[in-house]
Amino acid sequence: MSGPLRRAVRGLRWYVRELTDESAYERYVAHLRKGHPDAVVPSRRAFERMRTDRQESDPRQGFRCC
Amino acid sequence: MRTANPKSIALWTVVALVGASGWTVLALSRDEEVSAAWMVAAALGSYAIAYRFYSKFIAYKVLKVDKRRATPAERLDNGIDYHPTDRRVLLGHHFAAIAGAGPLVGPVLAAQMGYLPGTIWIIAGVIFAGAVQDMVVLFFSTRRDGRSLGQMARDEIGPFGGAAALLAAFAIMIILLGVLALVIVNALAESPWGTFSIAMTIPIALFMGFYLRILRPGRVSEVSLIGVSLLLFALIAGRWVAESSWAEAFTLAPSTLVIWLVAYGFIASILPVWMLLAPRDYLSTFMKIGTIVLLALGVVIALPTLKMDPVTDFASRGDGPVFAGSLFPFVFITIACGALSGFHSLISSGTTPKMIQKETQVRMIGYGSMLMESAVAIMALVAASIIDPGLYFAMNAPAGVVGDTVQEASKAVAGFGYTISPEDLAQAAKNVEESSLLSRTGGAPTLAIGVSEIFAKVTGGSLRAFWYHFAIMFEALFILTALDAGTRVGRFMLQDMLGNVYKPFKNISWKPGLVLTSAAVTGLWGYFLWVGVHEPLGGINQLFPIFGIANQLLAAVALAVCTTLLVKSGRLKWAWITGIPLLWDAAVTLTASWQKVFSSDPRVGFFKQRSIYQDAIDDGKVLPPAKSMDDMHTVVTNSTVDGVLSAALALLIVIVIADALRICVRHIRDPLSSKLSEAPFVESKTAAPAGLFATKEEKAEIAAAEEREPAGSP
Repeated sequence: MSGPLRRAVRGLRWYVRELTDESAYERYVAHLRKGHPDAVVPSRRAFERMRTDRQESDPRQGFRCC
Repeated sequence: MRTANPKSIALWTVVALVGASGWTVLALSRDEEVSAAWMVAAALGSYAIAYRFYSKFIAYKVLKVDKRRATPAERLDNGIDYHPTDRRVLLGHHFAAIAGAGPLVGPVLAAQMGYLPGTIWIIAGVIFAGAVQDMVVLFFSTRRDGRSLGQMARDEIGPFGGAAALLAAFAIMIILLGVLALVIVNALAESPWGTFSIAMTIPIALFMGFYLRILRPGRVSEVSLIGVSLLLFALIAGRWVAESSWAEAFTLAPSTLVIWLVAYGFIASILPVWMLLAPRDYLSTFMKIGTIVLLALGVVIALPTLKMDPVTDFASRGDGPVFAGSLFPFVFITIACGALSGFHSLISSGTTPKMIQKETQVRMIGYGSMLMESAVAIMALVAASIIDPGLYFAMNAPAGVVGDTVQEASKAVAGFGYTISPEDLAQAAKNVEESSLLSRTGGAPTLAIGVSEIFAKVTGGSLRAFWYHFAIMFEALFILTALDAGTRVGRFMLQDMLGNVYKPFKNISWKPGLVLTSAAVTGLWGYFLWVGVHEPLGGINQLFPIFGIANQLLAAVALAVCTTLLVKSGRLKWAWITGIPLLWDAAVTLTASWQKVFSSDPRVGFFKQRSIYQDAIDDGKVLPPAKSMDDMHTVVTNSTVDGVLSAALALLIVIVIADALRICVRHIRDPLSSKLSEAPFVESKTAAPAGLFATKEEKAEIAAAEEREPAGSP
């Protein structure tokens, strides 16, 4: 693959991952490592559970309009 | 003195000319068919100028957005809900959150007045009211750590106005859910293809939910890809089912669908989020963005001609079959989303302010996303205006008026002043493989016909039926998601309110409370759905105006909060920025509620309607379109409920506006008496571009910030 094409594919992949929040786990781990180096990093499974539990407890999070 | 460079003067002159020529052709053409290209030109030209000049003026002169001020995302970053998000990603998030079925349904119904009133309102409304509201709410919520509209109303106006705002929001949610559910019932009734493919979305979503929970947590893109493929397969399979012996099982009467939908809404809202809601949301977001992109391409490639009149006689006579009432105020409440939508203020004061990187980006995200939604509304209006007006009215008039056969429908349409032969009506239904298109009210089926027309122009007529059901599926999908999510939000509000009376309700995971409040919320919207389906005068005809009033009332709350905040934060001179839209919105909604309550035209005024039917009952007569004494009693009950509701909503809004006005006057008299609950200034350590593309200075700032504090951003 040529340079610009590869960049475009990489950009698209980044955008989709960010938009769907697939990158949420990596972002959270990076956040923990940076701010709280001693904290225990949860597994991806545990992290995703925590995320949906949060949505459960406040349904206004991620609410969509008509 | 600033000077503009010649290149940019030339560019903006061209943009202005494009927009102006679009408007000229739309406004001056009579008795000839106009290409939709002119509508697109008028819209895009106007949006570009509004974004470049008006939104910039509001952001920098009025709000004085400050790039040195750290946003909640930077200050309170917890890596989960508060985190600085790339502006392009947040634009996508915010747009996906605000755009739903609303901008697609309203313009279709408003097309009964002709395409011109709708076009003017969608474009002017978004520029001066809708996009301004979204941006200003987003700005003030960002300055308050992402606080919600309800909290801001309580903090800045007072407990009384705040409580009225909360109550209004709850009532609006219930009516919204009832009307949206009614839209899909009308689209899916007696349609085995549609019903089957929508029913299949439930097992598909459950599968995706388990995949994400157990097999591969967090792999959203791959599971969405699998889900969308399964969805398209279900859509193709729908045709086989409709042609097979199973068809009967999926051919449901409207009242059966009501029961299914209410049961679905209740069960879905008490299931865990991961099981159904979250995966369904991924599906509908993918479908939504995909379809909107396809529709935009279709309109631009096919450039269909508009067959609807620019302005129909119903605009002045006020006796339109789709909804009664004249152009003012009813066009302005029928088209809410796309021009001015109160619901957006809940998003602008919800997730988005917690993720925004820079205050300067409120312009691109708040104002920009709303312009995009307005463009979606314009496309919906195009789709409704390119179909034969005769077909449009046969599809959108209440069943009692249209009759049960194509012959009766053809006659009824002639009565409206349009022509379509019974053969053409039958052929139109056959083209999309539906048994009948008569009185398919609610906007979704009409939009689907328009969309299939546009797409069939690009892909060939053999796919017409597929595209029709594709469009139905796409609307039904996110209406079902909205039923689930909306029931949860309504329940949350109810738990909060009941918690003040009986403590355990406050604990939102207390199971009995959860089930009770869920049942109450589904019961409430289920009531409106039931009433809508059985309404002899036509459910959409009766209920859509109340829905429109409710949505615009929420906008009035949001604009009242914004105006109060502008005044209290020392921007009195600029209070007209949201003050004039507030006046307009209040004038529209209060006039509409007034007419709905007090009008002596029985088509418009609920109580007049009630008394006419009550008198007939007393005389032992049955008035058409009612067919029996039972129908007569139904009309009387419904008109009473609808009339009381319209009056109550109007009263709530008067309370909120009056309370806001009181605070503004108090502040002007004695500025020291009011306090502003703004988060204190903290200097930002990062830099980020304000617009879509980084300017030269912004690039330099970002490089300097990186040097000070290396970050791992892409």
